[in-house]
Amino acid sequence: MAEPRVIIVGAGPAGVRAAETLVAAGLRPTVVDEGRRDGGQIYRRQPEGFARSSAELYGTEAARAEALHATFDDLRPKIDYRPGHLAWNVADGHLHVVHDGSAEALPFDAMIVAAGATDRLMPVKGWQHAGVYSLGAAQIALKSQGCAIGRRVVFLGTGPLMQLVAAQYRKAGAQVVALLDTSRLWHQIRALPKLVSRPDVLAKGVGLAASHLLAGTMVRRGVTPVEIFGDADGGVSGVGVRLVSGRDLRLACDAVALGYHLRPETQLADLAGCDFTFDAATRQFWPVIDEDGRSSVPGIYLAGDGVRIQGADGAEIAGQLAALAVLADRGRSAPTEQISRLRQQRRAMERFRAGISEAFPWPHHLAAGLAEETVVCRCEGITAGELRAVVHDKGADEMNRAKALSRVGMGRCQGRYCGHAAAEVVAAATQLSPAVVGRLRGQAPVKPLAIRTRRAAP
Amino acid sequence: MSPLQPRFVRLAETDRPTVTIAVDGASVEALEGDSLLVAVLTRAGHLRHSEFGPEARAGFCLMAACQDCWMWTHDGDRLRACDTPVRAGLSVLTQPPDMPWPNRV
Ligand SMILES: Cc1cc2nc3c(=O)[nH]c(=O)nc-3n(C[C@H](O)[C@H](O)[C@H](O)COP(=O)(O)OP(=O)(O)OC[C@H]3O[C@@H](n4cnc5c(N)ncnc54)[C@H](O)[C@@H]3O)c2cc1C
Ligand code: FES
Repeated sequence: MAEPRVIIVGAGPAGVRAAETLVAAGLRPTVVDEGRRDGGQIYRRQPEGFARSSAELYGTEAARAEALHATFDDLRPKIDYRPGHLAWNVADGHLHVVHDGSAEALPFDAMIVAAGATDRLMPVKGWQHAGVYSLGAAQIALKSQGCAIGRRVVFLGTGPLMQLVAAQYRKAGAQVVALLDTSRLWHQIRALPKLVSRPDVLAKGVGLAASHLLAGTMVRRGVTPVEIFGDADGGVSGVGVRLVSGRDLRLACDAVALGYHLRPETQLADLAGCDFTFDAATRQFWPVIDEDGRSSVPGIYLAGDGVRIQGADGAEIAGQLAALAVLADRGRSAPTEQISRLRQQRRAMERFRAGISEAFPWPHHLAAGLAEETVVCRCEGITAGELRAVVHDKGADEMNRAKALSRVGMGRCQGRYCGHAAAEVVAAATQLSPAVVGRLRGQAPVKPLAIRTRRAAP
Repeated sequence: MSPLQPRFVRLAETDRPTVTIAVDGASVEALEGDSLLVAVLTRAGHLRHSEFGPEARAGFCLMAACQDCWMWTHDGDRLRACDTPVRAGLSVLTQPPDMPWPNRV
Protein backbone atom coordinates (compact mmCIF):
# COMPACT_ATOMS: atom_id res chain seq x y z
CA MET A 1 0.00 0.00 0.00
CA ALA A 2 1.29 3.49 -0.84
CA GLU A 3 2.19 5.59 2.17
CA PRO A 4 -0.68 7.86 3.10
CA ARG A 5 0.13 11.56 2.88
CA VAL A 6 -0.66 12.98 6.28
CA ILE A 7 -0.57 16.68 7.13
CA ILE A 8 -0.61 18.01 10.68
CA VAL A 9 -1.51 21.65 11.21
CA GLY A 10 0.05 22.94 14.43
CA ALA A 11 3.30 22.11 16.23
CA GLY A 12 1.94 22.53 19.74
CA PRO A 13 1.54 19.64 22.21
CA ALA A 14 -1.24 18.03 20.13
CA GLY A 15 0.55 18.30 16.79
CA VAL A 16 3.93 17.16 18.13
CA ARG A 17 2.50 14.04 19.80
CA ALA A 18 0.50 13.26 16.64
CA ALA A 19 3.68 13.54 14.54
CA GLU A 20 5.62 11.36 16.98
CA THR A 21 2.93 8.66 16.78
CA LEU A 22 2.88 8.69 12.97
CA VAL A 23 6.67 8.59 12.73
CA ALA A 24 6.74 5.63 15.12
CA ALA A 25 4.45 3.85 12.64
CA GLY A 26 6.88 4.53 9.81
CA LEU A 27 5.18 7.53 8.20
CA ARG A 28 6.73 10.88 7.33
CA PRO A 29 4.03 13.48 8.06
CA THR A 30 4.15 17.11 6.96
CA VAL A 31 3.90 19.48 9.92
CA VAL A 32 2.70 22.97 9.05
CA ASP A 33 2.91 25.76 11.62
CA GLU A 34 2.57 29.46 11.20
CA GLY A 35 5.00 30.08 14.04
CA ARG A 36 8.75 30.33 13.52
CA ARG A 37 9.40 27.77 16.24
CA ASP A 38 7.61 24.70 17.59
CA GLY A 39 6.00 24.41 21.01
CA GLY A 40 2.60 26.00 20.36
CA GLN A 41 1.11 28.36 22.94
CA ILE A 42 1.92 26.96 26.36
CA TYR A 43 5.36 25.60 25.47
CA ARG A 44 6.17 28.53 23.21
CA ARG A 45 9.91 28.71 22.64
CA GLN A 46 11.62 32.03 23.15
CA PRO A 47 13.69 33.49 20.28
CA GLU A 48 17.30 32.36 19.73
CA GLY A 49 19.66 34.33 21.93
CA PHE A 50 17.31 34.56 24.91
CA ALA A 51 18.72 33.05 28.07
CA ARG A 52 15.94 32.34 30.60
CA SER A 53 15.80 28.74 31.85
CA SER A 54 12.85 26.40 31.29
CA ALA A 55 12.04 26.71 34.98
CA GLU A 56 11.75 30.47 34.64
CA LEU A 57 9.68 30.22 31.47
CA TYR A 58 7.40 27.30 32.16
CA GLY A 59 7.33 27.06 35.97
CA THR A 60 5.75 23.84 37.18
CA GLU A 61 5.43 22.65 33.55
CA ALA A 62 9.16 22.93 32.78
CA ALA A 63 9.76 19.17 32.56
CA ARG A 64 6.83 18.65 30.18
CA ALA A 65 7.97 21.57 28.04
CA GLU A 66 11.50 20.20 27.80
CA ALA A 67 10.19 16.73 26.97
CA LEU A 68 8.03 18.09 24.17
CA HIS A 69 10.83 20.22 22.72
CA ALA A 70 13.24 17.26 22.86
CA THR A 71 10.72 15.02 21.11
CA PHE A 72 10.29 17.57 18.37
CA ASP A 73 14.04 18.10 17.94
CA ASP A 74 14.37 14.33 17.44
CA LEU A 75 11.51 14.29 14.94
CA ARG A 76 12.87 17.12 12.79
CA PRO A 77 14.81 14.92 10.32
CA LYS A 78 11.94 12.42 10.13
CA ILE A 79 9.16 14.82 9.17
CA ASP A 80 8.57 17.49 6.57
CA TYR A 81 8.45 20.47 8.94
CA ARG A 82 7.15 23.73 7.53
CA PRO A 83 7.60 26.54 10.06
CA GLY A 84 6.36 29.99 9.09
CA HIS A 85 3.64 28.43 6.90
CA LEU A 86 0.09 29.72 7.35
CA ALA A 87 -2.60 27.18 6.43
CA TRP A 88 -5.28 29.43 4.94
CA ASN A 89 -7.74 27.16 3.16
CA VAL A 90 -8.81 23.54 2.74
CA ALA A 91 -10.37 22.57 -0.57
CA ASP A 92 -10.53 19.46 -2.79
CA GLY A 93 -8.18 17.37 -0.72
CA HIS A 94 -5.54 20.09 -0.56
CA LEU A 95 -4.32 22.25 2.25
CA HIS A 96 -3.44 25.70 0.97
CA VAL A 97 -0.46 27.26 2.67
CA VAL A 98 1.47 30.47 2.27
CA HIS A 99 5.04 31.08 3.29
CA ASP A 100 6.91 34.36 2.83
CA GLY A 101 4.38 35.54 0.27
CA SER A 102 4.41 32.37 -1.82
CA ALA A 103 1.42 30.06 -1.96
CA GLU A 104 1.35 26.31 -2.33
CA ALA A 105 -1.36 23.60 -2.30
CA LEU A 106 -0.39 20.44 -0.40
CA PRO A 107 -2.37 17.29 -1.24
CA PHE A 108 -3.30 14.99 1.63
CA ASP A 109 -5.02 11.70 2.34
CA ALA A 110 -5.52 12.56 5.99
CA MET A 111 -5.16 15.79 7.90
CA ILE A 112 -4.94 16.37 11.65
CA VAL A 113 -5.87 19.92 12.57
CA ALA A 114 -4.30 20.90 15.91
CA ALA A 115 -4.59 24.66 15.59
CA GLY A 116 -4.98 25.54 19.28
CA ALA A 117 -7.03 28.27 20.87
CA THR A 118 -7.33 32.02 21.13
CA ASP A 119 -8.71 34.15 23.96
CA ARG A 120 -12.49 34.28 24.32
CA LEU A 121 -13.55 37.89 24.67
CA MET A 122 -16.55 39.83 25.91
CA PRO A 123 -16.40 43.51 24.97
CA VAL A 124 -16.42 46.22 27.59
CA LYS A 125 -16.80 49.91 26.94
CA GLY A 126 -13.34 51.29 26.09
CA TRP A 127 -11.65 48.00 25.20
CA GLN A 128 -10.49 49.51 21.92
CA HIS A 129 -8.00 51.76 23.72
CA ALA A 130 -4.30 51.16 23.19
CA GLY A 131 -2.96 49.24 26.17
CA VAL A 132 -5.85 46.78 26.40
CA TYR A 133 -4.49 43.37 25.48
CA SER A 134 -5.90 39.89 25.47
CA LEU A 135 -4.80 37.86 28.46
CA GLY A 136 -2.90 35.54 26.13
CA ALA A 137 -1.06 38.56 24.73
CA ALA A 138 0.00 39.58 28.22
CA GLN A 139 1.56 36.16 28.67
CA ILE A 140 3.21 36.12 25.25
CA ALA A 141 4.82 39.53 25.90
CA LEU A 142 6.42 38.09 29.00
CA LYS A 143 7.23 34.56 27.81
CA SER A 144 8.47 35.32 24.38
CA GLN A 145 9.87 38.82 24.80
CA GLY A 146 10.60 39.35 28.51
CA CYS A 147 8.26 42.37 28.64
CA ALA A 148 5.23 43.47 30.66
CA ILE A 149 2.38 45.11 28.73
CA GLY A 150 2.56 48.15 31.03
CA ARG A 151 3.73 49.55 34.34
CA ARG A 152 0.51 48.98 36.28
CA VAL A 153 -1.55 46.09 34.97
CA VAL A 154 -5.16 45.20 35.79
CA PHE A 155 -6.33 41.66 34.96
CA LEU A 156 -10.02 41.64 34.01
CA GLY A 157 -12.12 38.65 33.02
CA THR A 158 -12.10 35.10 34.26
CA GLY A 159 -10.51 31.69 33.75
CA PRO A 160 -7.57 29.65 34.97
CA LEU A 161 -5.17 31.49 32.69
CA MET A 162 -5.94 34.79 34.41
CA GLN A 163 -4.73 33.49 37.79
CA LEU A 164 -1.64 32.03 36.16
CA VAL A 165 -0.58 35.01 34.07
CA ALA A 166 -1.11 37.43 36.96
CA ALA A 167 1.16 35.24 39.09
CA GLN A 168 3.76 35.11 36.31
CA TYR A 169 3.68 38.91 36.06
CA ARG A 170 4.13 39.37 39.77
CA LYS A 171 7.02 36.93 39.83
CA ALA A 172 8.73 38.69 36.94
CA GLY A 173 8.58 41.97 38.84
CA ALA A 174 5.58 43.65 37.20
CA GLN A 175 3.06 45.62 39.24
CA VAL A 176 -0.26 43.74 39.30
CA VAL A 177 -2.87 46.29 40.36
CA ALA A 178 -5.74 43.82 40.74
CA LEU A 179 -7.46 40.67 39.52
CA LEU A 180 -11.04 41.56 38.72
CA ASP A 181 -12.84 38.28 38.15
CA THR A 182 -16.41 37.94 36.86
CA SER A 183 -16.72 34.44 38.36
CA ARG A 184 -17.82 33.74 41.94
CA LEU A 185 -16.25 31.47 44.51
CA TRP A 186 -19.42 29.35 44.52
CA HIS A 187 -18.94 28.65 40.80
CA GLN A 188 -15.63 27.06 41.68
CA ILE A 189 -17.01 25.18 44.66
CA ARG A 190 -19.90 23.89 42.56
CA ALA A 191 -17.44 22.60 39.96
CA LEU A 192 -15.31 20.68 42.50
CA PRO A 193 -16.81 17.24 41.80
CA LYS A 194 -15.62 17.57 38.21
CA LEU A 195 -12.34 19.32 39.01
CA VAL A 196 -11.20 16.51 41.30
CA SER A 197 -10.79 14.37 38.18
CA ARG A 198 -7.31 15.99 37.98
CA PRO A 199 -6.33 16.51 41.61
CA ASP A 200 -2.79 17.67 40.79
CA VAL A 201 -4.03 20.43 38.49
CA LEU A 202 -6.72 21.42 40.97
CA ALA A 203 -4.07 21.73 43.68
CA LYS A 204 -1.95 23.97 41.44
CA GLY A 205 -4.99 26.17 40.80
CA VAL A 206 -5.77 26.52 44.47
CA GLY A 207 -2.11 27.31 45.10
CA LEU A 208 -2.18 30.07 42.50
CA ALA A 209 -5.30 31.64 43.95
CA ALA A 210 -3.73 31.53 47.42
CA SER A 211 -0.51 33.10 46.13
CA HIS A 212 -2.38 36.26 45.14
CA LEU A 213 -3.89 36.57 48.59
CA LEU A 214 -0.55 35.91 50.28
CA ALA A 215 1.10 38.56 48.13
CA GLY A 216 -1.59 41.03 49.14
CA THR A 217 -2.75 41.54 45.54
CA MET A 218 -6.26 42.93 45.28
CA VAL A 219 -8.64 40.19 44.11
CA ARG A 220 -12.33 40.91 43.54
CA ARG A 221 -14.77 38.23 42.44
CA GLY A 222 -18.21 38.53 40.92
CA VAL A 223 -17.41 41.90 39.36
CA THR A 224 -19.44 43.45 36.54
CA PRO A 225 -17.08 45.21 34.13
CA VAL A 226 -18.32 48.74 33.45
CA GLU A 227 -15.67 50.63 31.53
CA ILE A 228 -12.04 50.79 30.56
CA PHE A 229 -11.18 54.46 30.81
CA GLY A 230 -8.74 56.16 28.51
CA ASP A 231 -8.33 58.51 25.63
CA ALA A 232 -7.71 58.20 21.92
CA ASP A 233 -4.06 59.26 21.98
CA GLY A 234 -2.79 58.12 25.35
CA GLY A 235 -4.68 54.83 25.60
CA VAL A 236 -5.82 53.18 28.84
CA SER A 237 -5.88 55.13 32.10
CA GLY A 238 -8.10 53.01 34.35
CA VAL A 239 -10.74 50.36 34.85
CA GLY A 240 -14.20 50.63 36.38
CA VAL A 241 -16.22 47.67 37.66
CA ARG A 242 -19.28 47.17 39.85
CA LEU A 243 -18.64 44.99 42.86
CA VAL A 244 -20.99 42.35 44.30
CA SER A 245 -21.92 44.85 47.01
CA GLY A 246 -23.23 47.18 44.29
CA ARG A 247 -20.43 49.65 44.96
CA ASP A 248 -18.37 50.96 42.04
CA LEU A 249 -14.63 50.43 42.05
CA ARG A 250 -12.31 52.48 39.88
CA LEU A 251 -8.62 51.68 39.59
CA ALA A 252 -5.88 53.60 37.78
CA CYS A 253 -3.64 51.58 35.45
CA ASP A 254 -1.87 51.85 32.10
CA ALA A 255 -2.56 48.34 30.83
CA VAL A 256 -5.39 45.83 30.98
CA ALA A 257 -5.16 42.09 30.31
CA LEU A 258 -8.66 41.01 29.30
CA GLY A 259 -9.95 37.50 28.71
CA TYR A 260 -12.69 35.01 29.51
CA HIS A 261 -10.93 31.68 29.09
CA LEU A 262 -10.29 30.34 25.59
CA ARG A 263 -12.08 29.38 22.39
CA PRO A 264 -10.97 26.78 19.85
CA GLU A 265 -9.67 27.94 16.45
CA THR A 266 -12.11 26.05 14.24
CA GLN A 267 -11.87 27.85 10.90
CA LEU A 268 -9.96 25.10 9.08
CA ALA A 269 -12.40 22.43 10.31
CA ASP A 270 -15.21 24.65 9.06
CA LEU A 271 -13.60 25.11 5.63
CA ALA A 272 -13.09 21.35 5.43
CA GLY A 273 -16.85 20.98 5.81
CA CYS A 274 -16.94 19.43 9.30
CA ASP A 275 -20.28 19.37 11.12
CA PHE A 276 -20.61 21.66 14.13
CA THR A 277 -22.86 21.36 17.14
CA PHE A 278 -23.94 23.82 19.83
CA ASP A 279 -22.59 23.20 23.31
CA ALA A 280 -25.15 24.59 25.72
CA ALA A 281 -22.80 24.57 28.73
CA THR A 282 -20.22 26.87 27.17
CA ARG A 283 -22.63 28.51 24.70
CA GLN A 284 -20.58 27.99 21.58
CA PHE A 285 -20.58 25.93 18.42
CA TRP A 286 -17.76 23.48 17.99
CA PRO A 287 -16.96 20.66 15.58
CA VAL A 288 -18.44 17.23 16.19
CA ILE A 289 -15.76 14.61 16.95
CA ASP A 290 -15.71 11.04 18.12
CA GLU A 291 -13.64 9.98 21.13
CA ASP A 292 -10.49 9.72 19.00
CA GLY A 293 -10.89 13.03 17.18
CA ARG A 294 -12.49 11.92 13.90
CA SER A 295 -14.60 14.74 12.48
CA SER A 296 -17.74 14.19 10.39
CA VAL A 297 -15.59 14.41 7.24
CA PRO A 298 -13.58 11.28 6.38
CA GLY A 299 -9.86 12.03 6.47
CA ILE A 300 -10.18 15.12 8.70
CA TYR A 301 -9.13 14.67 12.34
CA LEU A 302 -9.27 17.34 15.04
CA ALA A 303 -7.11 17.41 18.15
CA GLY A 304 -6.13 19.58 21.08
CA ASP A 305 -7.39 22.98 22.17
CA GLY A 306 -8.43 23.64 18.57
CA VAL A 307 -11.49 21.49 19.18
CA ARG A 308 -11.99 21.20 22.97
CA ILE A 309 -10.16 23.29 25.59
CA GLN A 310 -8.67 20.40 27.56
CA GLY A 311 -5.30 22.04 28.15
CA ALA A 312 -1.80 20.94 27.24
CA ASP A 313 -1.88 17.44 28.77
CA GLY A 314 -5.23 16.79 27.12
CA ALA A 315 -3.78 18.05 23.84
CA GLU A 316 -0.89 15.57 24.02
CA ILE A 317 -3.37 12.72 24.52
CA ALA A 318 -5.69 13.97 21.79
CA GLY A 319 -2.79 14.25 19.34
CA GLN A 320 -1.83 10.63 19.92
CA LEU A 321 -5.42 9.43 19.61
CA ALA A 322 -5.97 11.33 16.37
CA ALA A 323 -2.78 9.87 14.88
CA LEU A 324 -3.78 6.35 15.96
CA ALA A 325 -7.20 6.93 14.36
CA VAL A 326 -5.48 7.92 11.09
CA LEU A 327 -3.44 4.73 11.22
CA ALA A 328 -6.46 2.55 12.03
CA ASP A 329 -8.55 4.13 9.26
CA ARG A 330 -5.69 3.54 6.80
CA GLY A 331 -5.68 -0.15 7.63
CA ARG A 332 -2.62 -0.17 9.86
CA SER A 333 -2.75 -2.29 12.95
CA ALA A 334 -4.07 -0.41 15.94
CA PRO A 335 -2.58 -0.96 19.42
CA THR A 336 -5.90 -1.52 21.18
CA GLU A 337 -4.50 -1.44 24.70
CA GLN A 338 -2.78 1.89 24.15
CA ILE A 339 -5.92 3.32 22.56
CA SER A 340 -8.18 2.30 25.42
CA ARG A 341 -5.71 3.69 27.97
CA LEU A 342 -5.54 7.01 26.10
CA ARG A 343 -9.33 7.15 25.77
CA GLN A 344 -9.68 6.64 29.48
CA GLN A 345 -7.18 9.43 30.22
CA ARG A 346 -9.03 11.61 27.78
CA ARG A 347 -12.30 11.12 29.61
CA ALA A 348 -10.72 12.56 32.77
CA MET A 349 -9.45 15.51 30.74
CA GLU A 350 -12.94 16.04 29.33
CA ARG A 351 -14.50 15.95 32.78
CA PHE A 352 -11.98 18.48 34.01
CA ARG A 353 -12.64 20.68 30.97
CA ALA A 354 -16.35 20.71 31.78
CA GLY A 355 -15.48 21.57 35.39
CA ILE A 356 -13.30 24.51 34.34
CA SER A 357 -16.06 25.96 32.19
CA GLU A 358 -18.46 25.74 35.16
CA ALA A 359 -15.89 27.16 37.56
CA PHE A 360 -15.15 30.16 35.31
CA PRO A 361 -18.37 30.62 33.36
CA TRP A 362 -18.59 32.66 30.15
CA PRO A 363 -20.47 35.78 31.35
CA HIS A 364 -22.96 35.83 28.48
CA HIS A 365 -25.39 37.92 30.52
CA LEU A 366 -23.06 40.92 30.12
CA ALA A 367 -23.93 41.17 26.40
CA ALA A 368 -27.46 42.36 27.11
CA GLY A 369 -26.16 45.12 29.35
CA LEU A 370 -23.51 46.56 27.01
CA ALA A 371 -24.10 50.28 26.59
CA GLU A 372 -25.13 51.23 23.04
CA GLU A 373 -21.83 53.03 22.39
CA THR A 374 -19.70 50.04 23.43
CA VAL A 375 -17.51 48.91 20.57
CA VAL A 376 -18.23 45.24 19.78
CA CYS A 377 -15.99 44.94 16.72
CA ARG A 378 -12.58 46.38 17.59
CA CYS A 379 -11.40 46.05 14.01
CA GLU A 380 -13.89 48.46 12.51
CA GLY A 381 -15.29 50.24 15.56
CA ILE A 382 -18.84 48.89 15.23
CA THR A 383 -20.92 49.39 18.36
CA ALA A 384 -23.49 47.31 20.23
CA GLY A 385 -26.08 49.92 19.23
CA GLU A 386 -25.31 49.49 15.53
CA LEU A 387 -25.51 45.72 15.84
CA ARG A 388 -28.82 45.90 17.72
CA ALA A 389 -30.15 48.29 15.06
CA VAL A 390 -29.78 45.69 12.29
CA VAL A 391 -31.59 43.21 14.51
CA HIS A 392 -34.48 45.53 15.33
CA ASP A 393 -34.76 47.50 12.08
CA LYS A 394 -33.82 44.88 9.51
CA GLY A 395 -34.87 41.70 11.27
CA ALA A 396 -31.33 40.25 11.21
CA ASP A 397 -31.82 37.47 13.75
CA GLU A 398 -29.18 35.13 12.28
CA MET A 399 -25.45 35.76 12.77
CA ASN A 400 -24.32 35.75 9.15
CA ARG A 401 -27.10 38.13 8.16
CA ALA A 402 -26.32 40.37 11.12
CA LYS A 403 -22.70 40.30 9.98
CA ALA A 404 -23.55 41.20 6.38
CA LEU A 405 -25.70 44.13 7.47
CA SER A 406 -23.61 45.49 10.35
CA ARG A 407 -20.10 44.36 9.26
CA VAL A 408 -19.50 42.92 12.77
CA GLY A 409 -17.22 39.92 12.16
CA MET A 410 -16.07 41.13 8.76
CA GLY A 411 -13.00 42.98 9.93
CA ARG A 412 -9.42 41.87 9.86
CA CYS A 413 -9.69 39.46 12.83
CA GLN A 414 -12.55 37.78 10.97
CA GLY A 415 -14.72 37.54 14.03
CA ARG A 416 -12.20 35.75 16.27
CA TYR A 417 -12.56 38.33 19.02
CA CYS A 418 -16.12 39.59 18.52
CA GLY A 419 -17.96 36.54 17.13
CA HIS A 420 -19.06 34.89 20.37
CA ALA A 421 -20.04 38.17 22.00
CA ALA A 422 -21.85 39.42 18.89
CA ALA A 423 -23.93 36.22 18.89
CA GLU A 424 -24.86 36.93 22.53
CA VAL A 425 -25.79 40.55 21.68
CA VAL A 426 -28.04 39.32 18.86
CA ALA A 427 -29.46 36.55 21.06
CA ALA A 428 -30.27 39.02 23.83
CA ALA A 429 -31.84 41.49 21.38
CA THR A 430 -34.01 38.81 19.75
CA GLN A 431 -34.69 36.81 22.92
CA LEU A 432 -33.48 33.76 20.99
CA SER A 433 -30.93 31.20 22.11
CA PRO A 434 -27.45 31.58 20.55
CA ALA A 435 -28.06 28.03 19.29
CA VAL A 436 -30.70 29.54 17.00
CA VAL A 437 -28.82 32.75 16.20
CA GLY A 438 -26.03 30.55 14.85
CA ARG A 439 -22.35 31.15 14.27
CA LEU A 440 -20.17 33.07 11.87
CA ARG A 441 -19.17 30.75 9.05
CA GLY A 442 -15.44 30.31 8.52
CA GLN A 443 -14.11 31.95 5.40
CA ALA A 444 -10.90 31.62 3.43
CA PRO A 445 -8.35 32.96 3.84
CA VAL A 446 -8.48 32.23 7.56
CA LYS A 447 -6.16 35.21 8.02
CA PRO A 448 -5.49 38.09 5.63
CA LEU A 449 -2.74 37.23 3.14
CA ALA A 450 0.06 39.57 2.16
CA ILE A 451 -0.92 41.63 -0.87
CA ARG A 452 1.86 40.24 -3.03
CA THR A 453 1.19 36.54 -2.48
CA ARG A 454 2.25 34.52 -5.53
CA ARG A 455 2.20 30.86 -6.51
CA ALA A 456 5.37 29.02 -5.48
CA ALA A 457 7.55 27.79 -8.34
CA PRO A 458 6.89 24.05 -8.79
CA MET B 1 -0.32 58.39 29.43
CA SER B 2 1.44 60.58 26.89
CA PRO B 3 1.64 59.03 23.40
CA LEU B 4 5.40 59.46 23.60
CA GLN B 5 5.74 57.40 26.76
CA PRO B 6 6.78 53.80 26.19
CA ARG B 7 4.01 51.27 26.76
CA PHE B 8 5.92 48.02 27.35
CA VAL B 9 8.43 47.50 30.14
CA ARG B 10 11.41 45.20 29.76
CA LEU B 11 11.66 42.89 32.77
CA ALA B 12 14.20 40.35 31.54
CA GLU B 13 16.54 39.44 28.67
CA THR B 14 17.98 42.94 28.43
CA ASP B 15 21.49 41.69 27.81
CA ARG B 16 21.21 41.35 24.04
CA PRO B 17 23.04 43.17 21.23
CA THR B 18 21.27 46.25 19.90
CA VAL B 19 19.85 46.63 16.40
CA THR B 20 18.84 49.96 14.85
CA ILE B 21 15.59 50.23 12.92
CA ALA B 22 13.68 53.27 11.60
CA VAL B 23 10.09 54.18 12.44
CA ASP B 24 8.63 56.97 10.29
CA GLY B 25 12.22 57.87 9.44
CA ALA B 26 13.41 58.23 13.05
CA SER B 27 16.07 55.85 14.38
CA VAL B 28 14.92 53.46 17.07
CA GLU B 29 17.27 51.24 19.01
CA ALA B 30 15.94 47.70 19.54
CA LEU B 31 17.42 44.47 20.87
CA GLU B 32 18.21 41.43 18.72
CA GLY B 33 15.28 39.00 19.00
CA ASP B 34 12.70 41.74 19.60
CA SER B 35 9.50 41.62 17.64
CA LEU B 36 8.82 44.82 15.74
CA LEU B 37 5.90 45.41 18.12
CA VAL B 38 8.12 45.21 21.19
CA ALA B 39 10.80 47.37 19.57
CA VAL B 40 8.24 50.12 18.93
CA LEU B 41 6.23 49.84 22.14
CA THR B 42 9.27 49.94 24.42
CA ARG B 43 9.85 53.39 22.85
CA ALA B 44 6.33 54.70 22.17
CA GLY B 45 2.71 54.34 23.18
CA HIS B 46 1.27 52.97 19.94
CA LEU B 47 1.93 51.38 16.54
CA ARG B 48 -0.63 53.07 14.29
CA HIS B 49 -4.00 54.79 14.22
CA SER B 50 -7.32 53.02 13.69
CA GLU B 51 -8.74 53.77 10.24
CA PHE B 52 -12.27 53.41 11.66
CA GLY B 53 -12.06 55.47 14.84
CA PRO B 54 -10.05 58.19 16.51
CA GLU B 55 -7.86 56.02 18.66
CA ALA B 56 -4.25 54.93 18.53
CA ARG B 57 -3.65 51.17 18.37
CA ALA B 58 -0.94 49.10 19.98
CA GLY B 59 -1.86 45.51 19.02
CA PHE B 60 -4.14 43.22 20.96
CA CYS B 61 -3.42 39.48 20.73
CA LEU B 62 0.36 39.28 20.09
CA MET B 63 -0.26 35.89 18.47
CA ALA B 64 -0.90 36.84 14.85
CA ALA B 65 -4.67 36.42 15.18
CA CYS B 66 -6.22 39.90 15.44
CA GLN B 67 -4.23 41.89 12.84
CA ASP B 68 -4.39 45.00 15.03
CA CYS B 69 -0.63 45.52 14.79
CA TRP B 70 -0.14 46.26 11.12
CA MET B 71 2.66 48.61 10.13
CA TRP B 72 3.88 49.36 6.62
CA THR B 73 7.08 49.32 4.62
CA HIS B 74 7.96 52.17 2.26
CA ASP B 75 6.82 49.94 -0.63
CA GLY B 76 3.36 49.68 0.87
CA ASP B 77 3.77 46.10 2.11
CA ARG B 78 2.00 45.33 5.33
CA LEU B 79 3.92 43.91 8.28
CA ARG B 80 2.33 42.24 11.28
CA ALA B 81 4.43 43.82 14.01
CA CYS B 82 3.80 41.11 16.61
CA ASP B 83 5.40 38.34 14.56
CA THR B 84 7.95 40.28 12.53
CA PRO B 85 11.41 40.05 14.10
CA VAL B 86 13.53 43.19 13.89
CA ARG B 87 16.65 43.21 11.74
CA ALA B 88 19.21 45.95 11.24
CA GLY B 89 18.03 48.51 8.73
CA LEU B 90 14.32 47.60 8.88
CA SER B 91 12.41 50.79 8.12
CA VAL B 92 8.68 50.98 8.81
CA LEU B 93 5.84 53.47 8.72
CA THR B 94 2.95 53.90 11.13
CA GLN B 95 0.63 54.69 8.20
CA PRO B 96 0.38 53.24 4.70
CA PRO B 97 2.51 55.28 2.31
CA ASP B 98 0.58 57.47 -0.11
CA MET B 99 0.23 55.31 -3.20
CA PRO B 100 -2.19 54.84 -6.06
CA TRP B 101 -4.93 52.34 -5.35
CA PRO B 102 -3.74 48.95 -6.65
CA ASN B 103 -0.67 49.09 -4.46
CA ARG B 104 -2.39 50.56 -1.49
CA VAL B 105 -3.40 48.46 1.49
C1 LIG C 1 -2.01 32.75 24.41
C2 LIG C 1 -2.26 31.46 25.13
C3 LIG C 1 -1.52 31.15 26.25
C4 LIG C 1 -1.69 29.94 26.91
N1 LIG C 1 -0.97 29.69 28.02
C5 LIG C 1 -1.20 28.56 28.73
C6 LIG C 1 -0.49 28.29 29.92
O1 LIG C 1 0.35 29.07 30.35
N2 LIG C 1 -0.77 27.15 30.61
C7 LIG C 1 -1.71 26.28 30.15
O2 LIG C 1 -1.92 25.24 30.78
N3 LIG C 1 -2.36 26.50 29.02
C8 LIG C 1 -2.15 27.63 28.31
N4 LIG C 1 -2.87 27.88 27.19
C9 LIG C 1 -3.78 26.86 26.73
C10 LIG C 1 -2.99 26.13 25.64
O3 LIG C 1 -3.53 26.53 24.41
C11 LIG C 1 -3.01 24.67 25.65
O4 LIG C 1 -2.99 24.10 26.87
C12 LIG C 1 -2.00 24.00 24.71
O5 LIG C 1 -1.04 24.89 24.19
C13 LIG C 1 -2.83 23.38 23.64
O6 LIG C 1 -2.03 22.71 22.75
P1 LIG C 1 -2.45 22.53 21.25
O7 LIG C 1 -1.40 21.68 20.64
O8 LIG C 1 -3.85 22.09 21.15
O9 LIG C 1 -2.43 23.99 20.61
P2 LIG C 1 -1.28 25.11 20.59
O10 LIG C 1 -0.24 24.86 21.58
O11 LIG C 1 -1.99 26.40 20.63
O12 LIG C 1 -0.64 24.94 19.15
C14 LIG C 1 -1.34 25.26 17.97
C15 LIG C 1 -0.35 25.59 16.89
O13 LIG C 1 -1.03 25.67 15.65
C16 LIG C 1 -0.51 26.70 14.88
N5 LIG C 1 -1.57 27.16 13.98
C17 LIG C 1 -2.84 27.53 14.29
N6 LIG C 1 -3.54 27.86 13.19
C18 LIG C 1 -2.68 27.70 12.16
C19 LIG C 1 -2.83 27.89 10.75
N7 LIG C 1 -3.98 28.30 10.21
N8 LIG C 1 -1.75 27.66 9.98
C20 LIG C 1 -0.57 27.23 10.52
N9 LIG C 1 -0.39 27.02 11.84
C21 LIG C 1 -1.44 27.25 12.65
C22 LIG C 1 -0.11 27.74 15.89
O14 LIG C 1 0.93 28.56 15.37
C23 LIG C 1 0.34 26.91 17.09
O15 LIG C 1 1.74 26.73 17.10
C24 LIG C 1 -2.67 29.05 26.47
C25 LIG C 1 -3.42 29.37 25.33
C26 LIG C 1 -3.24 30.56 24.67
C27 LIG C 1 -4.06 30.87 23.47
S1 FES D 1 -1.27 41.91 17.85
FE1 FES D 1 -2.82 40.60 17.04
S2 FES D 1 -2.00 40.09 15.10
FE2 FES D 1 -0.40 41.23 15.99
